[in-house]
Amino acid sequence: MPYILSLLVGTAFGILLTKSQVISWFKIQKMFFFKEPDLYLIIGSAVVVGAASLFLVRRFKLKTLDGKPAVIAPKPLNKGVFFGGILFGIGWFITGSCPGPIYALLGAGAPLALLTLAGALVGTFLYGLLKPKLPH
Amino acid sequence: MNNIKDFILAPWPWYVAGPAIGLSVPLLLLLTGKRLGVSSSFHHLCAIPLGKSSIPFFRDHDWKKEAWNLFFVAGLAAGGYLAANFLSNQSYAFLPDGSLAASLASVGLPVKFDFSTAGGAVLLFGGGIFVGFGTRWANGCTSGHAITGLSNLEKSGLVAVIGFFVGGLAAAGVARLLAGL
Repeated sequence: MPYILSLLVGTAFGILLTKSQVISWFKIQKMFFFKEPDLYLIIGSAVVVGAASLFLVRRFKLKTLDGKPAVIAPKPLNKGVFFGGILFGIGWFITGSCPGPIYALLGAGAPLALLTLAGALVGTFLYGLLKPKLPH
Repeated sequence: MNNIKDFILAPWPWYVAGPAIGLSVPLLLLLTGKRLGVSSSFHHLCAIPLGKSSIPFFRDHDWKKEAWNLFFVAGLAAGGYLAANFLSNQSYAFLPDGSLAASLASVGLPVKFDFSTAGGAVLLFGGGIFVGFGTRWANGCTSGHAITGLSNLEKSGLVAVIGFFVGGLAAAGVARLLAGL
């Protein structure tokens, strides 16, 4: 059941990424070159609505479907968050895709995104190899 | 009625898509107890063939416990398919290919760009390496750090987002120089 629900929320998320054109390389270039505010507004409004709804989830101590407390454990902060973030930002600019859009692009009929996905998997493999030597 | 249909078939404006993307975070949390994120799927996908390797990052990763995330990203592809084929009245080029060789002109830059050439393919693959390496080092991407992390008021989300834009904007500046602008 959690698998099916994950698939369904993922499908909704994929529809949103595609219909908002967040998956478009052109939109990402327009964001990084400050040619249009759309991407900043999408991320900004998503965060405002996400934060407000998580506030309500906490305030009313809502439970998940299987009865557990609905809380999101924060990710730890370390140097890798910043250094890795910079590298990802470079890749985001070059490919015009962050990870979500890579998958949505494959469904939306942009097979070139397979190259991005292949690169991302190679990058993940290289990170796995180098992890012990990197600052975290 | 036609107005609603036209609205759905056209690209969705930021004030519809942005808040709906934000609502995906509590929706996934309440339905499954999971934290919305995408880039950890790269870790799971690599751990499937490398689970018996000597690399601890893959050997010690129990991807089966995180299989929900692979269903989530399969949903992303399904959503892309549905949106492009049933919720749009025209097809869009999302990545610059041959038909859009003058594509950067639409961004206001007089540069030809084409991912379907050999050089473009190398760029896409090489950029993908940055995406994979960077998101694993940072332990998250735009979904997990920016949308979910900032919504959850996490310091790591803020630091990550600053990193994303330091990297992306610097790369855009370099590209501008290379293009002679």
